[in-house]
Parts: sequence; C-alpha cells; structure tokens
Amino acid sequence: MKKVLVAMSGGVDSSVAAYILKKEGYDVVGATMKLWHSDSMKQKNGRCCSIEDIADARRVCHHLGIKHYVFNFEHLFESTVVKNFIDEYLAGRTPNPCIVCNDSVKFDALLPKATTMGFDYLATGHYAIIEKHTKKHTRPTYLLKKGIDVKKDQSYFLYRMNQKRLSKTLFPVGEMTKKEVRALALAQKLPVARKSESYDVCFVGDGGYGKFLEERNVMERKYLSGNIVDVEGKIRGQHCGLPFYTIGQRNGLGISSKERLYVLSLDKNRNEVIVGNKEDAFSKKFYVSDVVWCSDASRFSGALSVKIRYLSEDVPALISYRGRRAKVELDTPQFAVTTGQSAVFYCGDTVIGGGLISAVERNR
Amino acid sequence: MKDIYFDNNATTKTRHEVVAEMTPYFEALYGNPSSIHGIGQKAKKALEDSREKIAKILNAASPSEIIFTASGTESNNTAIKGTAFANRKNGNHIITTSIEHHAVLHTCEYLEKEHGFEITHIPVDNYGVISMEELKNAVRERTILISVMHANNEIGTIQPVREIADFISRANSSRAGRGLGKIYFHTDAVQTVGKIKIDLEETKVDMLSFSAHKFYGPKGVGCLYVKEGVGFHPLLHGGHHELGHRASTENLPGIVGMTKALDLAVAEIEEENKKLRRLRERMEKEIIEKIPFSRINGHPTERLAGTSNIGFEFIEGESLVVSLDMAGIACSTGSACASGSTEPSHVIKAIACPPNFAQGAVRFSLGRYNSEREVDYLLKILPSIVEKLRSISPLYKKR
Repeated sequence: MKKVLVAMSGGVDSSVAAYILKKEGYDVVGATMKLWHSDSMKQKNGRCCSIEDIADARRVCHHLGIKHYVFNFEHLFESTVVKNFIDEYLAGRTPNPCIVCNDSVKFDALLPKATTMGFDYLATGHYAIIEKHTKKHTRPTYLLKKGIDVKKDQSYFLYRMNQKRLSKTLFPVGEMTKKEVRALALAQKLPVARKSESYDVCFVGDGGYGKFLEERNVMERKYLSGNIVDVEGKIRGQHCGLPFYTIGQRNGLGISSKERLYVLSLDKNRNEVIVGNKEDAFSKKFYVSDVVWCSDASRFSGALSVKIRYLSEDVPALISYRGRRAKVELDTPQFAVTTGQSAVFYCGDTVIGGGLISAVERNR
Repeated sequence: MKDIYFDNNATTKTRHEVVAEMTPYFEALYGNPSSIHGIGQKAKKALEDSREKIAKILNAASPSEIIFTASGTESNNTAIKGTAFANRKNGNHIITTSIEHHAVLHTCEYLEKEHGFEITHIPVDNYGVISMEELKNAVRERTILISVMHANNEIGTIQPVREIADFISRANSSRAGRGLGKIYFHTDAVQTVGKIKIDLEETKVDMLSFSAHKFYGPKGVGCLYVKEGVGFHPLLHGGHHELGHRASTENLPGIVGMTKALDLAVAEIEEENKKLRRLRERMEKEIIEKIPFSRINGHPTERLAGTSNIGFEFIEGESLVVSLDMAGIACSTGSACASGSTEPSHVIKAIACPPNFAQGAVRFSLGRYNSEREVDYLLKILPSIVEKLRSISPLYKKR
C-alpha cells in the first residue's frame, strides 16, 4: 500500500483530499503545518494555522480514522515567506506569499521530510492536476495542468514545481469542482464541511498588509514618505511610503485632479509613486526573472499564454527566454502588470513555467 | 509486531488488577462518601481505607495528611498556590528550579504576574541536578516556599530532595529565632511515586504531589501529601470533602484504583527497577555505539531507571518521533504537554545540551510492559531511520 502524507490546513479542500485518498486505498496520514506562533494568533480568528484550524484538521483525521501530526515550520516560514513578503514590499514590489510558501515550505521542506519518513507521496488540497506520461525505456514525465474548476484553478500558485516534486505529489481534488468537493464533504459528514473559505494572506490580520508591516516595525512612515509624480515628472502629491501602494491603484492617492489617476509604478530609488491615466497603466512588454520550468520548455513551441496575477485570465503572449530570464510580449496590452507578482506561462491548460515580473515597459 | 509503547513517563497502561479493583465502584459500590445512609457509608469506608493505606505505604504520620485530587497538576497547583496565599503575611518569595514541569512553572508564573509574588529559578548543572549552593544563596527573609521536583519527566534526573529538606529544616530553625516565617518545601513527585521508594518521615518534605496514571493506575486521580500543620488554602471551595481541603465528590473508583496501583508498584519497586535499568542500559549502549552523533541527556546514575533521553545531532526530534510512530514505536520529544513546538524544551536548554543535539532530543521511557524483544526491534530500525532523516540535513552533508 502506497503511503501518502496529506498536508491538511483544516479547510474543506485538503480534508476532502484526505478522504479521497483513503477511499482509493492509500495508507493516509494527515499533517498540519504550524507556521505561526500561538501568541500572535489571538489577534485574528481567520488567521491560518490557528489552534482552531489545527483542531479542525485533527477532527477530520479522527473522523476518517487516520493519524494526524502537527509539524512545526515556524522558523522556516518566518525566514522565507514572511521575510520575502516584507522585503518585497520595501523594495516597491507586490509579493505573492502563497507561491513562496508552496515553493519554500510545502514542497521544499514538507515534501522531503515526508519522503525521509517513508511516505511515497505528499498530497495537498490544491485545484490543479498532475498528469503522468510514461514511455518505454525512459523515465516518466509529469505535466502540471489547470484544475477542472476554472474559477478555483490554483495552478498559478504551483508553477515552481519541478519534475522531481511533481513525481511525488498528488492533488486529489484537481479534477473536481469546488461544488463537488463541498458536496462530498457534506455527504461524508466531514467536520469541516460547512467551513467558510479563506482568501486573505494567511498571516496578515484584519488590518491588511499595511498594518502588518507597521506591526513589524519595518518602516517609519515619515522616513519613507515622498513624492507622487506623473509621467512628465510633475509632482502631484505626497505618498506615505511605497509599500502602501499597488500598481493599478486608483483610490486613496489624496490627489485632487480632473482626470482619474492610477498608480503606474513605484520607483524605489527615487522613492516616488508614478501616476498616470488609465491608458498609461496598460503594458505590452515586460521582463521576468528567476524563471523556472515545470517541464522541458523546448517541448512547447506553439501558442503560449501568460497569466500575470492569480485573478487574471491567461492571455496570448510571445515568450523568449535565456537562462533564468524571460521577455514577454503580449498580444493585447494588460492593465497593471505588477512587479513582484509571478508571470506564469501556459501552453493550453499546461503550466510550463514562470518567474517573477521584474520590469515593465510602459505602453507609450 | 504490535505497537511498542516507550512513552511511560507520559502515561502508563492501567494494570489489569487495578481495573478489577475499581470495577465494583462503578455499579455496586456507587455511593457518595458524604451521604448519611448505608450505601454512602460503604463508599466512605473504601475512601478512608484508601487514605489509610496510602499513608501507610508512604509512611505519612497520619492519614489526614493525604488529600485526594484529580491530577498531579492539581496537586502541584494546590501546593503552590495554596501555601502562597495562606502564607502571604510571611512573605512573597518562592524558589523553584528551571527544569520543573509546566504544572509548577506556569503556576509560579501566574503568581508572579497576577499576585505580585517573586519567583527565583535555580539553575541546574549539565546533568540536570540543581545547585545546592545557588539554592542556599537564593533564600531571602521573605521566602515562603521552595518547590523542587523529585525527578524530571524529560531526562529522569533525580534531585537531592533529602539534602534540600535538611537544609530547609536547618534554615527554619535559625529563622524561628529571628522571628522570620517558615519556609515550606514542596516536591513534585509525579515521576517518582511508585518508581522510587518514598518514606515521608525520612524524606522530610512538607508537601508531595503525585498522580496515579504514572504508575499503572487510572487517569484523573492524583494525590497531595500535606504534612500536619502546613497552612494552605484550598483551590476548590464547596462541600467539606477532604477535611475541607478540596471540595468535590470524591472520585472513588479512581482513588481505589490509585491505592491498588501504588500498593502493587511499591511492592515491586526494586525488582522492576533492576529490570528497567538493565533494559535501558543495553538500549543506550547500543544506540550510542550504532548511531554516531548521538548523546545521552541526564544524569549517568542519579536517574529514573526507565527514562532515556537521547539527543541525535542533525535531526529534529519531532521527525524522529513521527517516523518511529509510523514504524509502530511510541516515544516523545520531551514532555507530552509541550508538543507542536520545535524549540528545544526548557529542560534540554537548562542542561546546556549543545544546540545541534538539543533539536533532536527524543525521550524513550520504558515501563513494566516493555520487553527485550521490543528494545531489539527499536535497535534494529532506529539507525536507518536516523540516517534517512539526516540525509535531508544540509549540515549533515557538509560535515
């Protein structure tokens, strides 16, 4: 019997994942990662890996009759995900901590840990599909594909998976819709069947990321305040610190102006927020660094598309790369291409790779 | 092979004889010892017989010195808070050690934060033995209580309780002449009662806590010995149970079970310890021989016979415990009450265990149901599991 460790957050998706694997005959064990110290959990009930979430995961495991362990990754989470989150904001970029967490914690620490403990696979509740291709006399190859549920597809967060990781990972709910997952949880009377979804960054409390950065004393508003300038270089107002602005933002700029102004970019060197009108916020060309490939990139010649943030559709693009850098030219300009976010490359439904948006060329 | 249980310091399997002794008290002898009627009187008799028996086994001066509680934790809380509150007029200073169980440490912390008491934590040496010198120096005019555990739950080190008691009694004689309040001595003996012979007359402690489930008795029942004349406030107020020291209808099946378990355990102490020590010594010798970068935490001789705390360099104790569980062996990283943390425990930190070993500290606590075969099985699978876990450590590869 193959042994699977299921990473269980205490939510409905990973709980159903555990149920499915058990039903399919795997030897299943549940594990919840404790990523955050208990002291700071008092502040917010919705925060991930709270005592309640761990207790929920444990209840599901008891319900399924499987073992459950809590693994402590607080130090690693702090030194990778949280540190990156703060550093990126301070550098005037907009990070995506879920991608860092998958890359640096789930699949770089939990997966090897599971393997050394004798598990054949690590499973998670992600909405994505891993397709195994076997050919005679060669090692099998794995494709990472979008989940069936278009609205829930989480392949974007997983583009930093490589062949080795894919070969040891299972996504049991990838071929289900959220509705089906919820229905299955209810039918099986899983203790978390009615639990609501969490969308926020798990470690950022109710006050949002700005408040979180302040709590961490990583900045002094006064010190970091600076000018808001337009594309002509004219000073249009004052900003209260680059981390508090995101590309494409329209409200909260504190500028009275006839035309609607949008944040176009954040200039860390000059400590300036650059604003312009909506057309200026569209870009056709941008650069990507730290590129990784899920599969052999050369196999995917045809039409490619790129997804510039989780909540955008992927759009057709011409991608050229050298080493770990890539240049992306979009067929149609996209609004608010944001540095620090990931650009994920797709060939149809297959993720072929991606990287971090490092520079964006303004459209005009 | 069926599951192997090497976690006897966390709890033990209830002995068959104990269960048999308890059974009548659920359906036949279900009375409330406080009732007037005959059914209640029968229960009362069983309660007082138990008290008398426990007093006799531990050589207490009188059965009235034995107070039944619901746990070792409750006993510790009662002893510490109870004496602190009752002796406030004499002072607000409490001395304890850096390696106590959380039932003592957190109780002291609470008194410090919420009630203005001052707490001194006496450090221990590399084996986990407290420094008598530091203890003596820590005593102040306003000291009212010293609480030092008999043996540590994580590393098994046994403290010189007798020596401490002698020192306190000498100190008290001189304090009486100076018009200073008495210092009371409490020991948390949760890990030693039933495992080490305790003679209360000889040991000279004022209070001693223990718990039935550590010596093959049932869970949910504990005991606090309080020497005649020691003033303390009860934790629970209500009826006049336990001579007013602890209100609550007595857990009679539990108390009867605890008494039986203690009786059985004490009768077998020497024989049992001999067996456990032999098992443990073989286990430790072979682990140290077979597995490089491993070390034993705790005292070489002054240690509970069944307790073995071993630090494995380059791994996390948590991973090893889980891997062993998957292989059918139950053990733990330090205290069962502190799981879910990769921080080395306060005990492992206090004995100045080198940091790279501290992360990988695992406790095997052997008990009466463990066999040579079980130890053989552990010795067979442990080296490869440790090696496998080390294979993901960057430090191990670099070494």
